[in-house]
Amino acid sequence: MSQLLYEGADWNFDTVQRAHDVIEKIAVGDLGLSVYPNQIEVITAEQMLDAYASTGMPIFYPHWSFGKRFVQHEQFYRKGLSGLAYEIVINSSPCISYIMEGNTMTMQTLVIAHAAFGHNHFFRNNYTFKDWTDPAGILDYLVFARSYIASCEDRYGVSAVERVLDAAHALMGQGVNSSPRRRRPDLKTEEARQRERRMNDERIHNELWRTLPRGAAPQPAREDETLLRKLLELPQENLLYFFEKNAPKLAPWQREILRIVRLMAQYFYPQRLTKVMNEGTATFVHYTIMNKLHEQGRITDGAYLEFLASHTNVITQPTFEDPHYSGMNPYALGFAMMQDLERACLKPDDEDRIWLPDIAGCGDPMGALRDIWANFRDESFVLQYLSPKVIRQFRLFNLLDDPGEPTLLVEAIHNERGYRRVRAALGRSYDVAYSDPQIEVAAVDLAGDRRLILNHKVQDGALLAESEARSVLRHIAMLWGYEVRLQEIDADGRVLKEHNAGSNPQ
Amino acid sequence: MQLIDKRLNPSGKSLPNRQRFLRRARAIIRKAVSDASADRNIREVDGGGAVVIPASGIEEPHFHRGAAGKRGHVLPGNREFLEGDRLARPGGGGGRGQGSQAGQGEGEDQFSIVLSAEEFLDFFLEDLELPHLERRRLAVMKSQGIRRAGYASSGSPANLAVLRTMRNALARRTALNRPSSEDVRALEDELERAERDGVSADEIAALRQRLDQMRGRSRGIPYIDPIDIRFRRFEPQPRPVAQAVMFCLMDVSGSMTEHMKDLAKRFFMLLYVFLNKRYEQVEIVFIRHTDEAKEVDEDTFFHSRETGGTRVSTALKEMARIAAERYPIDAWNIYAAQASDGDNERADNPEAIALLSEAILPICQYFAYIEVSEPDRETAMSSVWKAYENLGEDAPAMRRVSTRADIFPVFRELFARQQEGAGA
Repeated sequence: MSQLLYEGADWNFDTVQRAHDVIEKIAVGDLGLSVYPNQIEVITAEQMLDAYASTGMPIFYPHWSFGKRFVQHEQFYRKGLSGLAYEIVINSSPCISYIMEGNTMTMQTLVIAHAAFGHNHFFRNNYTFKDWTDPAGILDYLVFARSYIASCEDRYGVSAVERVLDAAHALMGQGVNSSPRRRRPDLKTEEARQRERRMNDERIHNELWRTLPRGAAPQPAREDETLLRKLLELPQENLLYFFEKNAPKLAPWQREILRIVRLMAQYFYPQRLTKVMNEGTATFVHYTIMNKLHEQGRITDGAYLEFLASHTNVITQPTFEDPHYSGMNPYALGFAMMQDLERACLKPDDEDRIWLPDIAGCGDPMGALRDIWANFRDESFVLQYLSPKVIRQFRLFNLLDDPGEPTLLVEAIHNERGYRRVRAALGRSYDVAYSDPQIEVAAVDLAGDRRLILNHKVQDGALLAESEARSVLRHIAMLWGYEVRLQEIDADGRVLKEHNAGSNPQ
Repeated sequence: MQLIDKRLNPSGKSLPNRQRFLRRARAIIRKAVSDASADRNIREVDGGGAVVIPASGIEEPHFHRGAAGKRGHVLPGNREFLEGDRLARPGGGGGRGQGSQAGQGEGEDQFSIVLSAEEFLDFFLEDLELPHLERRRLAVMKSQGIRRAGYASSGSPANLAVLRTMRNALARRTALNRPSSEDVRALEDELERAERDGVSADEIAALRQRLDQMRGRSRGIPYIDPIDIRFRRFEPQPRPVAQAVMFCLMDVSGSMTEHMKDLAKRFFMLLYVFLNKRYEQVEIVFIRHTDEAKEVDEDTFFHSRETGGTRVSTALKEMARIAAERYPIDAWNIYAAQASDGDNERADNPEAIALLSEAILPICQYFAYIEVSEPDRETAMSSVWKAYENLGEDAPAMRRVSTRADIFPVFRELFARQQEGAGA
């Protein structure tokens, strides 16, 4: 009797604390997870709506787009079209999880297992997060970002700041270094750096500002051009970085705002890379923990059934014809794959020995999974570990949409011939380098009219969506201050399409 | 583990962002509000509520791939497909656009916002684009109040400002170095002591002289001088009357169609909202008339039918009577709006004009006449219009309206015209 953590639906701070302690023992002891210290915050539904709107972060600079998101969510929520998430978890140290006051105790237990241990472990151990984020500094940095942007608004006016933020947000997808940087920036020193930068930027020599005639020969020599490309770090795929460093007409505070947005984009980038793995890990962890709690008699059968009901909802994968279908459910896929890996570690069959040779029958599923959680992202995880069994379970097939053909082609299905192709195709769909358009700064016409030339490397004939591309280009022209040309170039170097934007948009 | 109760923290952190969003989408929302209010009835117009705006105006653009290009999709739930099967494109080609318009697509193209009553009205009024001058003019100041206005050196004894007077006196006494009564008394004591102790006569004489000087100075410099005296000053100040009454006059004779009544209603509605925004209390009096006029409630006003001739003067007479009885002009701002199709018995015109210029216009802040007509019908000058126009400079604001969409601009023009009149 005394074994039970709680009875009934109601929770209080004692039961939450007890549940956390027991879960921690299982998570750290049995599963071998290593997590950041936990900070669990109880909030109301209203506060959850607020948190939704500002990308889940507790502190964020103000911008109208967050208001737009808030209006949307609020509407859906009030109409009952959508429920709220049970939790939000933030990649920070200490790791902050929000739990809602309206949840039942079983839900709180589930959320703690899911967020405070599942996600938390993933944040701490996965290489993408290690490479790209600084969880100890993020909250401090957000405080700095908010106050910096507020001070800019005071000094230069809300609309001037908004113009820069709009432009920066439009380029967030192009504001990430897709290969990890060499060194880890210390976000805590950002504020000090910013002040220094402002002083320094005014002093340092900027190639673009050169107005002095150079001797008798104004024609730039070829070596100069090479040097220039080197100085400007061309070609440059990180547009936000490029404008921050090189846009000739930006004021120091505008560069700093670009930097803030770029660092935010960089911070969120790993979450885009690891949706399936992140949710799969958290789901696998909560499933394992809840089962152990039930086995140990710490929760009642009723609570266990309540958990199963909500767990089943989370991992439902509607089929492609279902009206609710909206792509692969990362919870479902991630959980199914990890369960499959666990099975292959313990009870491998012949198929597993062929498809998953490195872990089949190793006997230590948690060790194997921890290793995978640390060293893969969605693309590589699917390519490496999507087994035929899971492909059959989801009855996956690859549908090829070639605009040149009148019909769609079923290119591969869940059979011996198709496994590899399905796996490759699914892996590729999680490859952000493939699904995001590849745009880079190719050249700057410094000798002429200072036009900026961007290249879009077109893959498989997929041109940019035109009207939005034009809007973004206007933002870019605003940042650059001179004309901008975007060329869409295919693999053979042919220019398929050109977009231009003048230096004086609007 | 740290467990923190944040429930008591203020929620509504997103409200500033919501404000920013509304400001950003201002122009679009304003148009939506304008469209929405055309479809509402008079009670709902200042109630707030949802408006739908097109999402295209508030998009956040980013680079992404368009529809073109070859791509593969991995989908779950294969039942019958085999490798190499060819499937028809779902809703491909031209049909696709239509489908998205009718069904799910609508949710993507449009964006619905719930506005509070306050916000709704703000947008509503902003749409009227009234210049500030006119806004001020609308809150016409009528009654006189009194307020303190500093101090004066003359006034009635009842308004004597004792404190200020004493302060002035003290300052003057200090400046002129008037000896205080304590100083005088101290010197008297000293003299007495000297006399008692038998000090030398010279010293006593010196003390005596000093005492005389001091007394003389004390007498010569008065404790309170007339120049010290100050009175509290009051000045009259115009104070806006915080209540307004709005007379709605409408011709309900047989020639008025439902459409015309609807137009009239829109106009009354706008005027009501407008007044309601600016006055603490707004009363509405509905007077309808055929060849006789009656005060009625709103429902009857708009919905019940009457037959008979048309005598505008009856309504004006009724309005003058009610105003005199219940709405004295020093306590009420009087606004009136008359809607009619312009028909009037010819013989009645002189009387109507006389009433208007003598009894009605002098007591009204604003009198608007709108002539409603069926759409697409070009009418000649109506008899009421011609008659009112004869008033020349004093003529009320007049406009013709034939469709619902005309009403906003008309309202705007009416007020613009008012301003010209005020400037002239």
